[in-house]
Amino acid sequence: MSNYSLNHLQQLESEAIFVLREAAAQFNNPALLFSGGKDSIVMAHLAYKAFYPARIPFPLVHVDTGHNFAECLTFRDAFVEKYRARLVVGSVQTSIDEGRVVEETGLNASRNALQTVTLLDTIEEHQFDAAGGGGRRDEEKARAKERFFSHRNDFGEWQPQNQRPELWNIFNGRKNHGEHFRFFPISNWTEMDVWQYLKAEEIELPSLYFAREREVIQRGGTYLEVNELVQPREGEKVEVLKTRFRTMGDATITGAVLSDADDIDKIIEEVAAARETERGNRADDKRSETSMEDRKKEGYF
Amino acid sequence: MSENSTAGYLDMDLLRFTTAGSVDDGKSTLIGRLLYDSKNTFDDQIEAIERSSEQRGDEHVNLALLTDGLKAEREQGITIDVAYRYFATPKRKFIIADTPGHIQYTRNMVTGASTANLAIILVDARHGVVEQTMRHSFIASLLRIQHLVIAVNKMDLVDYSEEAFDKIVESYKEFASRLDNVVDITFIPISALKGDNVVDKSDQTPWYQGPSLLYHLETVYIGNQENHVEARFPVQWVTRPQSDEFHDFRGYAGRIAGGVFKPGDEIKVLPSGFTTKVKAIYSGEKELEEAFSPLSVTLTLEDEIDISRGNMIVKENSPPKVGQDIEAMVCWFSEKVSPTPRSKFIVRHTSNETKAMVQKINYKVDVNTLHRVENDSTFNLNDIGRISLRTSAPLIYDTYKRNRSTGSFILIDPNTNETVGAGMIIR
Repeated sequence: MSNYSLNHLQQLESEAIFVLREAAAQFNNPALLFSGGKDSIVMAHLAYKAFYPARIPFPLVHVDTGHNFAECLTFRDAFVEKYRARLVVGSVQTSIDEGRVVEETGLNASRNALQTVTLLDTIEEHQFDAAGGGGRRDEEKARAKERFFSHRNDFGEWQPQNQRPELWNIFNGRKNHGEHFRFFPISNWTEMDVWQYLKAEEIELPSLYFAREREVIQRGGTYLEVNELVQPREGEKVEVLKTRFRTMGDATITGAVLSDADDIDKIIEEVAAARETERGNRADDKRSETSMEDRKKEGYF
Repeated sequence: MSENSTAGYLDMDLLRFTTAGSVDDGKSTLIGRLLYDSKNTFDDQIEAIERSSEQRGDEHVNLALLTDGLKAEREQGITIDVAYRYFATPKRKFIIADTPGHIQYTRNMVTGASTANLAIILVDARHGVVEQTMRHSFIASLLRIQHLVIAVNKMDLVDYSEEAFDKIVESYKEFASRLDNVVDITFIPISALKGDNVVDKSDQTPWYQGPSLLYHLETVYIGNQENHVEARFPVQWVTRPQSDEFHDFRGYAGRIAGGVFKPGDEIKVLPSGFTTKVKAIYSGEKELEEAFSPLSVTLTLEDEIDISRGNMIVKENSPPKVGQDIEAMVCWFSEKVSPTPRSKFIVRHTSNETKAMVQKINYKVDVNTLHRVENDSTFNLNDIGRISLRTSAPLIYDTYKRNRSTGSFILIDPNTNETVGAGMIIR
C-alpha cells in the first residue's frame, strides 16, 4: 500500500485543483485575478489542468495599474492566447481619470493601494461573485490566517475576526446577494514550492524574473529599473548591474535584486539561500508593520 | 542529494500538524523556535520582531512574535484564530495549523485538527496534566489524529528533572487509555525558550534517550493515513468541452477520496446505481494508468450515464453507506443558533449539499473530563456531542473512522450562511 503516496508538490497541486473546481461549482460567475506574476501564472496553469480539455470556465482579470513593466503586458497577452483563456482588464488609470481614486503624490507614491478600488469596480461591473487570487499564506502574517474561500461583505471588506471556520476540504461558498468571495487555491504553497512547480511543469515566465544587466538606480534601499516611469532624480546615479525581479508589482516601486540567476535552476538555488522574504523589497509593506492587514481589510487581494 | 535539487525536493513528503496549548504553555515560542532553529526564518522577519520586542520592552528577542499575526492578537498577547505556518527540512515539508488553546477557542482547535496528521500537545512541566491537556488530547483523538506528541515544556524551570518528566508521562498514560483512534504517543522533554530538545538533543537531559522534537516530526511514519482500499470518487464538476476537437468528451472531475482507480475498473455510480467501466483517467493533458487518493483527476467512462455534482463513483466490492438517518459527533461553532430538535440546517458533505433536520441530541461530552453529559438539551458554541440528523436527500457516506473525507460534513445556518457546526459520522 505504501506505494500509493504523493510527494508534497503533488499534494499541493491536487489541493489547488480541488479548490479551483469547487469555486467553479459553487459560484455563479467567478474570475481569476491575473497579475502576470509567478503566483498568478501558477494559478492559471492549475486552472487549465483542472478543467482540461474544456476551457477554463472563468476569465482572467488583470488590474492594470498603468505602471506596468512593458513586458508584463506582452507576456499577459501571449499567455491568455496560449491557455485559450478569456481576459478582462480593469484600469487604474481609468479609475483616476474618472475621479474614483486620487493618485498618491510624494516621493514614494505608488498605485498599489489604488488597485483596490479598480478591482472592486471591475468585480461590480462584470458582476463577478468570486475572485481567485494567487495569495499564499507564507507571504505575510495577515495572510497566514486567510481561508481558501474568503468571505467579503457588501463593501468588499475582509473581517478577520469573523471568518468562517474551514474544516477538512469542505468549503462554504454560500452568500447573500451583493456579497462576494475571494478564493486562494495556492494558499498552502511556499515561494519554493511555486518555483519548483514552475520548473517541473516547464511553465513560461516573464523574463523580468531572470537576471540580466539592467540600468538601475538606488532608491529607498532598493534598486529600481530605469524606464519610462522611473527616471533618475537629482543625485541618483544610473548604474548597469546584473539584476532580476522577485515580484511583479507597480513598476515605479518594485525593486530589483542583485542576482546572477539567469535560469530557473539558479533562481531555485537563490531562493533556497535567500535570507530576506520576497516582499522584503516592496516599499508598500514597509510603511507599517500591519500595512498588509490594513489593506486587506479594505479589499486588497 | 542536496535539499535544493529538484529530484531531492520532489522526494519530500508532507506532514501537516497542529499545535494546541494555551498562551502560558509557550506554544508560540515553540513554533518560533522550530522555525528559527531549523533556519526557516528570514533576516527581515527577525529584524521586525527584534524591533517589536524592543518596543514592547521584552528582555530577549521574543520568538513568539514570529507567529502572532493579527493586530488584536499582538495587542492582547493571544492567538484568536487558526494560523498556518510553513517550513521545510531536507526530509519533509511541514504545514503547521497553529491554534489557540483556551476553551472558548475549541472550534479553532477542531478546525486546525481536521487536516492534521499529528498533534503536538504542550504540557507545562510545573503543572503537569491539567484539564486543557485532556481537552486537547480528546479533540485530537476525536478528529482522528493518529500521532500525538506530548511536549513537556519549561523543563528549564524544573531543573530538567527526570522525575518530574516521568510523573507527567505516567499520569498522561493513565488518562490516554480512554482515547480512541490514537496510534502512537511520544513524550519529549523540552524547553522552547532555551531550545532544549526542540531541534537538537539537549545536554541538559542526559537521561532522555528519545529523539528531538524536530527529528521525530521528520521521521514519524505517516504513509497509512489514506484509505487506499475502499474506492470513493465524489464528482465535483462535469467537464464538457463543447469543442470540435473534443466533441463527445464527457469527463467527471473530482478528488479521489479513497481507494485506487484504473482504466477498465468496474464502477458503480451512486445514488443511481448504474454500472460501467472506467475508460480513461486524466491529470491535465496526461493520461494515467492508475490514480489514488488524494489525487485530483478527471475520469471518463465507457457508457454515457447521467452523472452530476454530488454523485459518487465507487466500486461494488466495497460500497459506502447510503442513507438519510445519520448519527455523528458534532462540534458547534455558533453563538447565535443551536441544534435544537427539529431545527433545520444545510449539510455539506463531499460535493453534495442537502438539508438536514436535527432529530435528537443523544449526549454532550464534557471536554475537560471526557464524561458524557445526558439530559442536557442545550448545545452552544464549542459544545461537542452526539447528534442524530435526518437529511432530506440520502447521503453517500462512510463512518469518519473509515474515511475522513466521506465521513465528515459541515452544517450551515440557512439564514446567515454561516458555518455553524462540523460533524464526524458514527453511523
